[in-house]
Amino acid sequence: MTSWPILSVVTFLPLAGALFIALQRDDEAGVRNARWAALWTTLVTFAVSLILLWRFDPSSPEFQFLEKRPWLGGAITYAMGVDGISLPFVILTTALMPISILASWEAIQSRVRAYMIAFLVLETLLVGTFCALDLVLFYLFFEGGLIPMFLIIGVWGGPRRVYASFKFFLYTLLGSVLMLLAIMAMYWQAGTTDIPTLLHYSFPRTLQIWAWFAFLASFAVKLPMWPVHTWLPDAHVEAPTAGSVILAAILLKLGGYGFLRFSLPMFPQASVELAPLIYALSIVAIVYTSLVALMQEDMKKLVAYSSVAHMGFVTMGLFAMTAQGVAGGIFQMISHGIVSAALFLCVGVVYDRMHTRAIAAYGGLVNRMPLYAFVFMVFTLANIGLPGTSGFIGEFLTLIGTFRINNWVATLATLGTILSAAYALWLYRKVIFGKLEKASLFNITDIGWREIVVLAPLVILTIVFGIYPQPVLDISAASVAQLLDNFQHAVGNVQAAALAR
Amino acid sequence: MYEAIVFLPLLGAVIAGVISLVGAGNRHPGASPPPPPADHAAPLVPEEPGRGAAAPQSMHADSDHSRPQQEEIEPPSAGSPAAELITTTLVAISWVLSCVAFVDVGFDRHDARVTVFNYITSGDLKVDWALRIDPLTVVMLMVVTTISALVHLYSIGYMAEDPYKPRFFSYLSFFTFAMLMLVTADNLAQLYFGWEGVGLASYLLIGFWFHKPEANAAAIKAFIVNRIGDFGFALGIFTVFLLTGSINLDTVFAQAPGLVGKSFHYLNFNVDALTVICLLLFMGAMGKSAQFLLHTWLPDAMEGPTPVSALIHAATMVTAGVFMVARLSPLFELAPVAQSFVIFIGATTAIFAATVGLVQNDIKRIIAYSTCSQLGYMFVAMGVGAYSVGMFHLFTHAFFKGLLFLGSGSVIIAMHHEQDIRHMGGLWRKIPFTYATMLVGTLALTGFPFSAGYFSKDAIIDAAAVAKNPFAVYGFVMTVAAAALTSFYAWRLIFKTFHGAPHDMHHYEAAHESPKVMLVPLALLAIGSIAAGWPFVPLFLGHGAEEFFRESLKIGAGNTVLEDMENLPLLTSLAPTIMMIGGFLVAWQFYIRRPDLPAALARDQAVLYRFLLNAWYFDSIYDFLFVRPAMWLGRLLWKGGDGFVIDGFGPDGVSARVLDVTRNVIRLQTGYLYHYAFAMLIGVAAFLTWFMFSGGHG
Repeated sequence: MTSWPILSVVTFLPLAGALFIALQRDDEAGVRNARWAALWTTLVTFAVSLILLWRFDPSSPEFQFLEKRPWLGGAITYAMGVDGISLPFVILTTALMPISILASWEAIQSRVRAYMIAFLVLETLLVGTFCALDLVLFYLFFEGGLIPMFLIIGVWGGPRRVYASFKFFLYTLLGSVLMLLAIMAMYWQAGTTDIPTLLHYSFPRTLQIWAWFAFLASFAVKLPMWPVHTWLPDAHVEAPTAGSVILAAILLKLGGYGFLRFSLPMFPQASVELAPLIYALSIVAIVYTSLVALMQEDMKKLVAYSSVAHMGFVTMGLFAMTAQGVAGGIFQMISHGIVSAALFLCVGVVYDRMHTRAIAAYGGLVNRMPLYAFVFMVFTLANIGLPGTSGFIGEFLTLIGTFRINNWVATLATLGTILSAAYALWLYRKVIFGKLEKASLFNITDIGWREIVVLAPLVILTIVFGIYPQPVLDISAASVAQLLDNFQHAVGNVQAAALAR
Repeated sequence: MYEAIVFLPLLGAVIAGVISLVGAGNRHPGASPPPPPADHAAPLVPEEPGRGAAAPQSMHADSDHSRPQQEEIEPPSAGSPAAELITTTLVAISWVLSCVAFVDVGFDRHDARVTVFNYITSGDLKVDWALRIDPLTVVMLMVVTTISALVHLYSIGYMAEDPYKPRFFSYLSFFTFAMLMLVTADNLAQLYFGWEGVGLASYLLIGFWFHKPEANAAAIKAFIVNRIGDFGFALGIFTVFLLTGSINLDTVFAQAPGLVGKSFHYLNFNVDALTVICLLLFMGAMGKSAQFLLHTWLPDAMEGPTPVSALIHAATMVTAGVFMVARLSPLFELAPVAQSFVIFIGATTAIFAATVGLVQNDIKRIIAYSTCSQLGYMFVAMGVGAYSVGMFHLFTHAFFKGLLFLGSGSVIIAMHHEQDIRHMGGLWRKIPFTYATMLVGTLALTGFPFSAGYFSKDAIIDAAAVAKNPFAVYGFVMTVAAAALTSFYAWRLIFKTFHGAPHDMHHYEAAHESPKVMLVPLALLAIGSIAAGWPFVPLFLGHGAEEFFRESLKIGAGNTVLEDMENLPLLTSLAPTIMMIGGFLVAWQFYIRRPDLPAALARDQAVLYRFLLNAWYFDSIYDFLFVRPAMWLGRLLWKGGDGFVIDGFGPDGVSARVLDVTRNVIRLQTGYLYHYAFAMLIGVAAFLTWFMFSGGHG
């Protein structure tokens, strides 16, 4: 479609920026250069990704901007392309990166160059994961993304960063080993690692089930699903603000994206048979973690647990395999990417000032920080899923889509909307409302210009997508329709075969 | 024009919001913090025994004293006059246009549907932002914009000393916008948007004085209880979509007759499709309209400023549930079981809230319970299929209840933020104008002949008397009984506030009439409390109703309530008036002739008295049944589930085993995170190499 490899540019531009920063000297000027270079790199990458958005044809369900080159002696193909399912995630990534860099502007003071390099490498790996059209390439990007994240938590994290990254490591290690085995098995069966081909390949039932579980192990940890979610609160608490932003907004979405790209289209029969398992885990995630969130004393932990609950809506919607469920799942991931990123940024704002995340250390901030109170309110409401914010669209679509398939599941999941109101408003009340009585808070200042620049786009997107979600829904509509078509076809064939037997 | 009606208030809200944020940002950031609240040691005048049990009420009343103190240290926000002027003007314009619309649609029959833009399109789900303008809508437009404009005007006076006026007016206008979106909704998603939007406005306004812990608690409670109702509402929407394939009202209504007799497998039960749809949707109405079981938030909502109580918690938002049933009458008309349930809940609420209202001492809480009770009346009318009658009461109630709230606000200002009627008395000499208007409001509330309430409330009782639904008898008995109680508590309020000897000379001496900007809305509402009745009878009752509302209110084939009401036995139609007189006489006896009687009665019936004073102990029961278990479960799952089981047997357990096996691993794990990354890279590379070779040549 395009004469120049635009996807590769978007993917590797950050890496070029990282190289440039690596060449800087380690003095004051170098540090300043590193910050600006990182910001400009991410901004330019974002601008280029907008070209992608502009030239993308939403009416076609096929992969676009295709690139294909033999690599490593022909053993693997370097294949890139995006469709309506992956493009929103690419844009989300490139859009949030400059915001993360800005959010780290003053908060990070040690090893600034290394920090910026880590973020830029992370961006390359994340964008690459969403664009890869080859299983091995995908696996490389997917697993590689963990490394910079480890570093970000482990080097610039809080006091218990070692424990947190160890937990993260243990969980993800298990998943990635199993996924690699599944990838090999698929290759031996189908003879190719080309994703577009595999999307139409019908694997035998046993392999489907086996591989489905292997992929689940990896994706469930990433998403995270209950009960493999316990690394997330610790990782969030220890990570620096921007690390939490990327972790919540993008890294978690790798799991959901994985389900959409692999589990559902490649193992349709297993997905149908095992959907009840996903439903059960989703319900538990929604209700269980919402209840746990009610009792949290740490702001970041509360937001982290609420993330797990919101991801429960995603898995539920995806595996309902209805038009609304899948579209809602995608939308919920994008919306959560915006809202949870913003919530972590909001926590970061007060953390930068007071160096504590304990809810009890705050109270009455509205007296000194009215703008902050307004911004935090918008995101709290989006987290609750109030109509008019993006959070509502995702929850509404996933629930209405699931209700058509299984009304038990949808009914129980709807309970989550009551609980989310309880914990989110409780947090807001404890932190923002009330009298300003704690002496340490008397001189706290409202958000400054840099913070406004960081938060304003997110406020706008939250509200715009809340009243006009079509930009996201339209991009993915054709691809979702094709996914559903193929899925019904595959399941139907199997059922027909079973009947014939 | 219709876009203007709906979106002008939003414009006002945004402008006032910006003024508020800019003004707030310009406050002196280094100013000293607010001092701790001084105790307002107002001498209590216990008139009734059981002071201990009355503690919650008096605590609320006292806490309200802390409000003026915030004013002393906070400078008024910049741009307040501009914000007041802009929002009030825009809502006033919206009101003028609504009047035009009322005539245009109501009499000239120019119904309209205005599509604004696409909202959600996903698969076969297609929803637009669209304004549905029909007679039912224009009645609501009139109610909402009239009361809203008057409350905006009144608030200029009531909130004069508040430092956060722009924020207040922004919220008020935002509420108006959300309410207008609700009443013009053309599909269930937009209805839900308006529904939760007004809930948000209610939350923000109840918690407007954010430094009061009670206000914050009440705000959250209101939101969450409403969410419980909305839980049902949302499930109702899902069911509608599942069964009709659409959530646009026209499509749904067209499909409804086809669903009669269909059953639907819901949660392992085979239930009648339309019944389950209506019951689920009605759950939302119960929350929003504070009906029995989901009513507990409304009395607490009185923590908000009084104009808010008038606008949101009396005249408009809480009637949204009634409006919803009217709007969905094509569904309810086909689901008699759901209708019976509506009658049952409405009648129970009417009597329950009236009994609680008998003994309350906070002037606003009395009126709040009264609102609850009157909403119950409206639901009885909806349940028996007399939709236009219920709408009539909604219409008149907005005027006289708004009047009573704004009047009580005038009393509260006169008494320097005293809300306990035990501290009042004899005020009619001090604030005669407020007294006169409150008197008009009370007459209308109790259904005094030829006041607005007389026509609408008596019509509900008449409708219940002739309806064929098996629960209609229950509805009739309860509403008649509640009429007596209503009259009693309404006159008790008047007698204790305005008559007798002053109980608190300090406050009494300082009492003063409110400024004109507050009295004008009172006067207009007082006129409305009379004029909203008789002239509108032809529109809401009898054959005129069918001609006025046309298709917007569906009357089923066998539904002859409106006609039967006209041939009622004389005694039945006189019953509510007799009850009204009875209630008045008892109140007269208790509070004018023998002021010692209530105390004696409360002493004799201490258990009953406390039961009523604590509103049947609903708050305690819910706390015990739901709030505490949720907290307990949350802690258990966190510490036990996540901490002990998952982490204990998962990562922590694994790491402990690993540490046992080899001490070397610990070096790798502590501090040397680079090693981790390196190991990871090597791992990936190794996997890949192996894969390449085995795969590339295999």
